[in-house]
Amino acid sequence: MRGLVLAAAGVIALAAVSLFVGVSDVTIGALLGSATDEATQVLLVSRVPRTLALVLAGAGMAVSGLILQMLARNKFVEPTTAGTAESAVFGMLMVTLLAPETPMLGRMLVAGACALAGTALFLGILRQMPLRSPLIVPLVGLMLGAVITASTEFIAYRADLMQSVRAWETGDFSGVLRGRYELLWIGAALTAIAYVAADRFTVAGLGEDFATNLGLNHRRVVSLGLVIVSLVTAAVIATCGMIPFLGLIVPNLISLMRGDNMRQSLPWVALLGAGLVLACDIAGRLMIRPYEIPIGTTMGIVGSAIFLYLLLRKNTHAA
Amino acid sequence: MIEVRNISRSYGDTLVVDNVSITLPAGGVISLIGANGAGKSTLLSIISRLLPMSAGTVTVEGMDVMTTPGDVLARRLSILRQDNQMTARLTVRDLIAFGRYPHSKGRLTVEDQGYVERVIRYLELEAVAHRFLDELSGGQRQRAFIAMVLCQDTEYILLDEPLNNLDVKHAVAMMKLFRRTADEFRKTVILVLHDINFASCYSDRIVAMRNGRIAYEGPPEEIITPHVIRDVYGVDADIHEIDGKRMALYFR
Repeated sequence: MRGLVLAAAGVIALAAVSLFVGVSDVTIGALLGSATDEATQVLLVSRVPRTLALVLAGAGMAVSGLILQMLARNKFVEPTTAGTAESAVFGMLMVTLLAPETPMLGRMLVAGACALAGTALFLGILRQMPLRSPLIVPLVGLMLGAVITASTEFIAYRADLMQSVRAWETGDFSGVLRGRYELLWIGAALTAIAYVAADRFTVAGLGEDFATNLGLNHRRVVSLGLVIVSLVTAAVIATCGMIPFLGLIVPNLISLMRGDNMRQSLPWVALLGAGLVLACDIAGRLMIRPYEIPIGTTMGIVGSAIFLYLLLRKNTHAA
Repeated sequence: MIEVRNISRSYGDTLVVDNVSITLPAGGVISLIGANGAGKSTLLSIISRLLPMSAGTVTVEGMDVMTTPGDVLARRLSILRQDNQMTARLTVRDLIAFGRYPHSKGRLTVEDQGYVERVIRYLELEAVAHRFLDELSGGQRQRAFIAMVLCQDTEYILLDEPLNNLDVKHAVAMMKLFRRTADEFRKTVILVLHDINFASCYSDRIVAMRNGRIAYEGPPEEIITPHVIRDVYGVDADIHEIDGKRMALYFR
């Protein structure tokens, strides 16, 4: 419990730093001083929404990875290795192409529905496969994702929408403003539901036989998990784009330290996810000031380094 | 009472369980024996609704296992299959506590906690209770799985080769525990066993399967005979009576 409080304090500290890092100067002095208007405006319109978006997206994506890993019973699965994120991008493209007037919420729901279909297809393929080596599972997901991405990009290329597709594929919080991140609160609500259902996900993670023995409706829990993961992923992609590796490394790090009993590990996963995204975004804002490196890139570097560490550790539990 | 009526199950063209009917009375230790591929595990999985049957019905205390809600059945009957792969990293205590899930849905009461601690003590898992399953030996893990199922505290306990991975000491302790569970707590323990002498020493009834059918059924005195063992396993065995228990010697 004390550890959790410390972790939460760390996330709050990073969030505070995030409020004061950026191109225009927002300092406590400027906020309190006489010429306050501009600083206050920047804070309320840009910095607070951006910081909230980072926290909500980071926690949501990390928890989504955790849920997918429990449902697929494989530590290498997350929304970008299960066809989820690629399907969501496909959905975004379809709405943009066929019904460009659709409001943000509608776009997100279509993307969510596509993500749901793509992830269900992934789990369906896994059920059909006789020998499941742990490494085959993410490979199947990556291939499925590549096929979906190929069709997305073919259509986008024809329709001259490649730029939009790139924006959904690369996480970037620099465009987050008040009025353009609120979908992520839906993701936060879904993450809270995941916490309520944490025991069910853990039981499902023991495997279908154990779950059935314990009287759990396995299929229903898988469906609930898929809906949560798909909608959270869609909300994140619709607001700021894909954040790679997050759903993979955060649950694995927490699994090593605290195990997989989701009732206990989920708050840790959410906090570490939020903290890591905040740190990567702040670093991206500072490195080539006044320009920015998008979080898709910073997280890609940090994430792949941590992932390599997880793979190469002796006595790996990842399987 | 478990009533199995005309159960069949086929994989492709092969009939693994062939029109089996049997009534298993409540109370006592019942062992299922038979050669590899005789259909023991499949029958156990069908009785416990982990596998659907191709034909037939199974009722537990009058409840049809295919139509009774899963959580209702989970308070009356528990099942542990063999070869349990566990990817989730749980501590032994957390795993055992999930045995209370059918009763408490994750919110453990003081009573549930009592069950958990008692089962940990019975299975001598105190020293490893705080450790993660993937840090244990195969035998310790097997005992943790059995502990979870016992913690479920159901009238019927079905275990597929529960002695897998256990050394002699722990195998004997486990069989004694099943005996005690049946005698003191009035449970019905149904086991798939490979060691016929364990079956002989600890069972009230033995069910012998061959080619997907029930070949013989009865108390150990009737089943542990040279004729039955020859017929079921295709080996010649000498039967010796030691301390009132029939032992089969088939090592020559």
